[in-house]
Amino acid sequence: MKSSRALPLPREHGKRKFQVDRLLRRLPLHAIIVVMVLIWSVPTLGLLVSSFRPAHLVTTSGWWTALVPPWNFSLDLYREALGTAGMGRSFINSLFITIPATVIPIMIAAFAAYCFAWMKFPGRNVLFVSVVGLLVVPLQTTLIPVLRLYNELGLTGTFTGIWLAHAAYGLPFAVYLLRNFFGTLPKDMLESAFLDGASPFTAFFYLALPLSLPALASLAIFQFMWVWNDLLVALIYLGGAPDVAPMTVTIGNLTNSLGGGWQLLTAAAFVSMMLPLAVFFTLQRYFVRGILAGSVKG
Amino acid sequence: MFESRLLLALIVVIGVPAATVGYVALVEALVQRLPHRSRGTVRPWLWVAPAVLLLAVFLVYPTLNTLYLSFFNADSTEFVGLANYRYIFTDNSVLISLRNNGLWLVFLTLLTVTFGLLFAILFDKVPYESTAKALIFLPMAISFVAAGVIWRLMYDYQPPMQPQTGTLNGIMAAFGGDPVAWLINRPWNNFALIAVAVWVWAGFALVILSAGLKGIPTEILEAARVDGATELQTLTRVTIPMMGSTIAVVATTMVIFALKAFDVVYVMTNGNFGTDVIANRMYKEMFNFTHFGRAGAIAVVLLLAIVPIMLFNIRRFREQEAIR
Repeated sequence: MKSSRALPLPREHGKRKFQVDRLLRRLPLHAIIVVMVLIWSVPTLGLLVSSFRPAHLVTTSGWWTALVPPWNFSLDLYREALGTAGMGRSFINSLFITIPATVIPIMIAAFAAYCFAWMKFPGRNVLFVSVVGLLVVPLQTTLIPVLRLYNELGLTGTFTGIWLAHAAYGLPFAVYLLRNFFGTLPKDMLESAFLDGASPFTAFFYLALPLSLPALASLAIFQFMWVWNDLLVALIYLGGAPDVAPMTVTIGNLTNSLGGGWQLLTAAAFVSMMLPLAVFFTLQRYFVRGILAGSVKG
Repeated sequence: MFESRLLLALIVVIGVPAATVGYVALVEALVQRLPHRSRGTVRPWLWVAPAVLLLAVFLVYPTLNTLYLSFFNADSTEFVGLANYRYIFTDNSVLISLRNNGLWLVFLTLLTVTFGLLFAILFDKVPYESTAKALIFLPMAISFVAAGVIWRLMYDYQPPMQPQTGTLNGIMAAFGGDPVAWLINRPWNNFALIAVAVWVWAGFALVILSAGLKGIPTEILEAARVDGATELQTLTRVTIPMMGSTIAVVATTMVIFALKAFDVVYVMTNGNFGTDVIANRMYKEMFNFTHFGRAGAIAVVLLLAIVPIMLFNIRRFREQEAIR
């Protein structure tokens, strides 16, 4: 009996023993990683669980008690957040703010970046180095004069005002990233296009842009996340008026006004996280690439 | 109401993109009418014009104007010299915010780099690296406002003997300890706020440092091991020194963020209980006290603190260009 078990494939046995050894030796490593990842995930998990509980339970017992029977989940907090708390309207406002505030700076930056990479004109380098310098200018230094300008022009509390502000604040990073990307496009290709009679307009729209789609995607996701998650710019230039407030501002107002009754915030926060999380899980690759390409945004 | 929203949606989805493309089409049509020789000189300027205009109006002019306003009184009608700056560096509550920004700067930078490096090195050794990375990186997709709500649930406090609703106090209770008012106890509440930012930014540090780690040639690491270096020696004497510039990138980004920290503080404590930071203080000066001189001076101090990093970035950029 003993021999028959030991006999077949002694080498296989040794290999397995080696694997088991290796696994045991590396067990602390796996344990540390799992614990760290759990610690990082628990806060979000807690919010998710809380947002699906009835309001009176959120304030009287820990969210972890909901994980064991008797289960008691409800959609009340979501119903209230989207309805009376105004998160439904704010969701639409966030979209209205974010889409143009992503499209405008990317298009404008693409024109400028193409120009910086492939056209020759006096002062080109000085101008571009200035853009690199502007990357880290804290937008706080611009708030007062721009707000005064907006008050005079009647742009405070309007979508146009916030589109332009976000477009400008996103520009240095967008120009920097795209110029570096356009600079890597093969010179021969563009030159032969010009020899064939293509105008810069044609070369830009039919060669440079299509070839830069990955860079454009990274940039779009980056700017989208930045604007969608922004609080300060919206708070200052929109003035907190509920009919134009994006979700970050609405949640910020709820935190200050609700005080003790903050359970509503759990659902509100999750509503605001849905779109960025969906983008994150589907387009993570581009998001990471954008961060790697230029981790200097101010 | 509904119709105006529909109109707005059309502008948002079709009008704005069409206008930006239309601009360049218009420019090209105009340039084609010019004599052949002047086309090459006019065109570049028209292509960069929208960007330069936006940057001038929203970044360059306002920065200079803020500098100017910082020497004036609350409603910018009277020149006061350096009075606003004197106020910033003598008023007790502003000094507390400056101290807190110092805490943010040191601990946020130190902790994000440490965690980022630790995660990058550990995750590199296991086959489920990408999943672990994604989970650590996930908070980067969440706004600081939402992160503030998430951590309110972590830090929530109920009086002793009552069932705790905050995760951390729940753990304290499970081990028989007394609940802690994390966001109120000074000066530790500052660290509670910094922890939220660390939770968000560790993923950023991880992604960048991990890319740096994978950029180190394996031959060098092999050579160190062949020469008899232990894992720890390889790490501290080869890996980490070789990642110097990557660590610098993460650290400078964190320093800039620590100086500008606003959202987390605004949402979680609004600067109460000795947790104020200068960006939130500036917001208060603008809207609660309507003192534009002091708000401007705070912004200038913030800018001056960032200038060295700006110069560092420009130098790094020049070096990269020289290699290219």
